[in-house]
Amino acid sequence: MGRYFRRKLLIYGLTFVIAVSINFAVPRLMPGDPVARMLTRNSVANVESSEAMRGYFNELFGLDVPLWQQYFNYWGALFRGDLGVSVFAFPSPVATVVADALPYTLALLLPSILLSWFVGNALGAMAARNKLLDNGALPIGYVLTAVPYMWLAILLAWVGGIILGWFPVAGGYSFALTPAFTWTFIVDLVHHWFLPFLSLFVVALGGWAIGMRNLVIYELESDYSNYLQALGAPNRLVRRYAFRNAVLPQITGLALQLGVVVGGALVTEVVFAYPGLGSLLLNAISSQDFFLLQGILLFIVIGVLVFNFLADVVYVLVDPRTRLGLEGGQS
Amino acid sequence: MSAEVVLQTERIGRRHEHLYFALRNPKVAIGLAIVLALLLLGLFGPFFLSDSPNEYVGPKSEAPSGEYWFGTTYFGQDVFTQFVHGLRSSYLVGTLGGGISFVIGLAVGFTAGYRGGMVDEVLNMITNVVLVLPALAVLIVISSYLEVRGVVSQAVIIGIFSWPWVARAVRAQTFTLANRDYVDLARLTGKRSWQIIVREIMPNMASYLLMSMILLFGGAILFAAMLDFIGLGPANAVSLGTMMQQSMAWSSLHLGMWWWFVPPGLAITLIVGALYITNVGLDEVFNPKLREM
Repeated sequence: MGRYFRRKLLIYGLTFVIAVSINFAVPRLMPGDPVARMLTRNSVANVESSEAMRGYFNELFGLDVPLWQQYFNYWGALFRGDLGVSVFAFPSPVATVVADALPYTLALLLPSILLSWFVGNALGAMAARNKLLDNGALPIGYVLTAVPYMWLAILLAWVGGIILGWFPVAGGYSFALTPAFTWTFIVDLVHHWFLPFLSLFVVALGGWAIGMRNLVIYELESDYSNYLQALGAPNRLVRRYAFRNAVLPQITGLALQLGVVVGGALVTEVVFAYPGLGSLLLNAISSQDFFLLQGILLFIVIGVLVFNFLADVVYVLVDPRTRLGLEGGQS
Repeated sequence: MSAEVVLQTERIGRRHEHLYFALRNPKVAIGLAIVLALLLLGLFGPFFLSDSPNEYVGPKSEAPSGEYWFGTTYFGQDVFTQFVHGLRSSYLVGTLGGGISFVIGLAVGFTAGYRGGMVDEVLNMITNVVLVLPALAVLIVISSYLEVRGVVSQAVIIGIFSWPWVARAVRAQTFTLANRDYVDLARLTGKRSWQIIVREIMPNMASYLLMSMILLFGGAILFAAMLDFIGLGPANAVSLGTMMQQSMAWSSLHLGMWWWFVPPGLAITLIVGALYITNVGLDEVFNPKLREM
């Protein structure tokens, strides 16, 4: 078990280092001078003020020292929690801007990921070796996994928000209300939350259902299932054993799918103008706010790594083989 | 000599068998038909329509009609023309992005699985790191820094970040295949490593490779659509993702212009969904256990 966790932590640590290095390297490696680009964007015509701005940006990026020193300075600033100042929400620091948006994204992501995982797995297990359900569930599942996240979000907003008029199609809460811990505000919050949540939930559902169906069929064909059946064990018992074995790869799958689901959440938020990281990202891109952009990437990476680690812990709890250092948990 | 001839005919026979079952498998047939139909539309459609999909040709915000099959946009651009051009760039991104990640995944997977030892440790570590990295977020940061965004550059960066699961699977399969007797035999004859990999190991996982190529193709299309939708699409071309982005940006939802945002999303769903269904069908073709007789 110790080896398993050491390996995992090494991978996560490396991933973090690489993500930070990407943040550091991309602006410096891209063709052209980032400072010059920022200056042209601000379209400063006056030579004197352009020189002053150049000096300012050079200092801001810390570009006047050698590259290796820039790299260490970058890490140093990171550990002090200094992600730079947001241009889009000037003069708030990036860390605060991102932290303000984070709860909304988490409130969308966590329930939709977990719920779709549970419901999808249950559906898939039921559909396995069940002709009637299988023929209905399988095609729907494949279509759902193929739907681009934002398209389903658009369709839901169109049907539920515009045609039926049941749900609001934009924002995290009504502009008439101020955030407060009151009953009306919470109801309003949930009202705005429902459609983006539903959209994320539905898209992810299909993949889990299909995966579980295939895994359960595979388990039902294995020797222990046949043996149990030969002993005359009730069908439900055999299926329960098959299900418990089939859940293991799905836990690993949950961690692996996370990056995709986070991406889905970003575009879904853009559709609904939901005030989470996705909308922030859009603002950062449209206002060329690179510090904010990199801050968001960093937060996402940290979130994904933490969640991955949690999935590993759950895996160890569920699968005794990893605990005993036998096969099973793959790094 | 006669043995060789028998071997030859057997191999041809096997291939025909796969083709035979593939063409008779309804899933493969339907899936491929959809993918090919849309591909042909994307390839040849632009020759019959206007060259510039962003041209203002008709009345503004018009519903689909005989003249404008998919209606017009808020600015009076023909949605059908944009759609056909968008299909073209989607297929291009899928082919190029999927192709690049396929090549990287194969190279890493075969090298790690066949060499083993230290090389494997390092490559496996890299694979796992890229696997955990949230691809879309990284892609967003990189492409937001690109000076000129085009379909090709987008496909390249998508390809660079979506190979790890293929590498992992190929590595695992290579591990088991590399210790088979016929591979040892090939090694004894003094063949080079890459020859053994290409001639002895690769054919035994050809079906798997074909299927992962299909999945990578679909995945690249979805990734590109998401990037385009966030506003990081190609600057000089129309894609299905930028169509959706434009329709959202000009509040087609509130104006009820469904013909603007339904076709592009539907096309992506159709392409990717048809690819998945083809994949399931191919699985049945290559794996006789799954065939329904």
